[in-house]
Amino acid sequence: MNGSSPGGAASAALPPGEPLDLSHRAGRRWGERVIAAALFLCGLVSVLTTVGIVVVLVTESAGFFREIPLLEFLTGTRWSPLFADQHFGILPLLNGTMLIALGAMLIALPVGLTSAIYLSEYASLRVRGVIKPVLEVLAGIPTVVYGYFALTFVTPIIRAIFPQTGIFNAASGAIVVGIMIIPMVASLSEDALNAVPQSLREAAYGLGGTKFEVSTKVVVPAALSGIVASFILAISRAIGETMAVTLAAGATPKMTLNFLESVQTMTAYIVQISLGETPHGTLEYSTIFAVGLVLFLITLGMNLLSQRITRKFREVYE
Amino acid sequence: MNGDRFRPNDKRRRRAGAIFKAVCLTSIAFSILMLALLLLDVVVDGWSWLSIDFLTRYPSRIPERAGIKSAILGSLWMMGLTALFAFPTGVGAAIYLEEYAPKNWLTRILQTNIANLAGVPSIVYGILGLAIFVRYFGLGRSVIAGALTLALLILPVIIIASQEAVKAVPTSLREASYGVGATKWQTIRYHVFPVALPGILTGTILSLSRAIGETAPLIMIGALTFIAFPPTSPMDPFTVLPIQIFNWTAKPQAEFHELAAAAIIVLLVVLLAMNATAIFLRSRYQKRI
Repeated sequence: MNGSSPGGAASAALPPGEPLDLSHRAGRRWGERVIAAALFLCGLVSVLTTVGIVVVLVTESAGFFREIPLLEFLTGTRWSPLFADQHFGILPLLNGTMLIALGAMLIALPVGLTSAIYLSEYASLRVRGVIKPVLEVLAGIPTVVYGYFALTFVTPIIRAIFPQTGIFNAASGAIVVGIMIIPMVASLSEDALNAVPQSLREAAYGLGGTKFEVSTKVVVPAALSGIVASFILAISRAIGETMAVTLAAGATPKMTLNFLESVQTMTAYIVQISLGETPHGTLEYSTIFAVGLVLFLITLGMNLLSQRITRKFREVYE
Repeated sequence: MNGDRFRPNDKRRRRAGAIFKAVCLTSIAFSILMLALLLLDVVVDGWSWLSIDFLTRYPSRIPERAGIKSAILGSLWMMGLTALFAFPTGVGAAIYLEEYAPKNWLTRILQTNIANLAGVPSIVYGILGLAIFVRYFGLGRSVIAGALTLALLILPVIIIASQEAVKAVPTSLREASYGVGATKWQTIRYHVFPVALPGILTGTILSLSRAIGETAPLIMIGALTFIAFPPTSPMDPFTVLPIQIFNWTAKPQAEFHELAAAAIIVLLVVLLAMNATAIFLRSRYQKRI
């Protein structure tokens, strides 16, 4: 080894045969562990959030279920916690929620799916470049704005067609919630359709299929698990929607399938109580936690179902 | 001459295809039409109420004197504090999951949990915020209680977006950094994070634009609707634009509906500006890779 060669200076500084001094790296390792632990804690926040939600809903509604039997809560057909004649049957709220979700689905599923098929199978790049941002803007509009739209635009139209309809009605809420979740159905279904390999389409064309036949008989069935998963997520979103239905659908919990009547959803009920004067700690107030627990369990169940469908029934193409 | 045998119902099949294409186009047109109607409805109702005075006056019982100054300032406070809580936590969690987490059951639970949290209705976060931040920690109906609640709400979105951004950083970059003797954290801090930053910022801005439009969780934690002064500290009561809009929309008088429409225009302009920033960042980022 020669001191004059380039790069030799560094090695000359080390006595031959002795290992590199890496103690500075070991010193860094202590800090490394602290950082790794801190990052892990950040990840833990999300778990704590879930634990917090479950603990709060269960403990706060425990008082409610001590006074009202679970069976009465789940099967009762009258909901009137704020009246002198109190009834605590959640079915009317579930009815209102499902009526809105059903109406929203009647709009969002067909429109969302056909939009997705158009975007994935028919649209040119330029058309996609226009439509995708429109859908993104629709998805980004705050729900309270949809509530305003329902009340000041959709409701007057409905009342012009059906004059006996009240200011608050399920139809108006269902229509705007449907519009609100179109982008969700469209973009998730489009992802599923795009994931279908091109070779499948080419094979179908090779057999003489028209574009319509290839799209509906080959591509859509191949992407069906993703499409169904997007539907379920959208229904779950419609069930949890709050502001638009609070503003448009009213505050009348009742058992009805008539879209022209005023109903109350679970979410709208929770808002009504939190805006009102009901004091904390009373049985009336604890209803929001019981209703919140039901809402949480329904949406969680649907989200898990959607993930399961995606995992279990996904067609894997190599 | 045998062509007919190989093209059965050709005309009918093509007609079915044309009808189907028209149906699909109608769907797309429906979405565009609804967006146009919504914007038109809001602009027609609210345009005449927009003025500098509207932006700089406080809410009032008299429509002609009402403004949204306290709502705008409240929304800015809310956005700043929410970002302060959600950004470091979300990015930290994403870096942990992508760079540190071992492939075991705990990591799988973390990941599934985040996906499920993203689907929890926002009003449930409001119930959580009410019980934990407002009452248990005694923060009251303050800006900070609202910001913490919204931070938890957008955390899953930030984590998922940041994970995508970190995942997109090429492994060769990490290997080169390790090769010159950097530790894991140095590699992340000086090489992975800067490259992933535009993607992380895009996701953060989009999730913040969701937070700024949220109403239900803030109503749950008791955000007051009639606040004639802006917050001066995180412990002050507050109102935000969506709550002001909800309050005015829920009133029966047409004048208040028009005020709500004017406030919606302001809110949508803010959201549009945030989205444009996010899209700008995304396009710059895509060019660099």
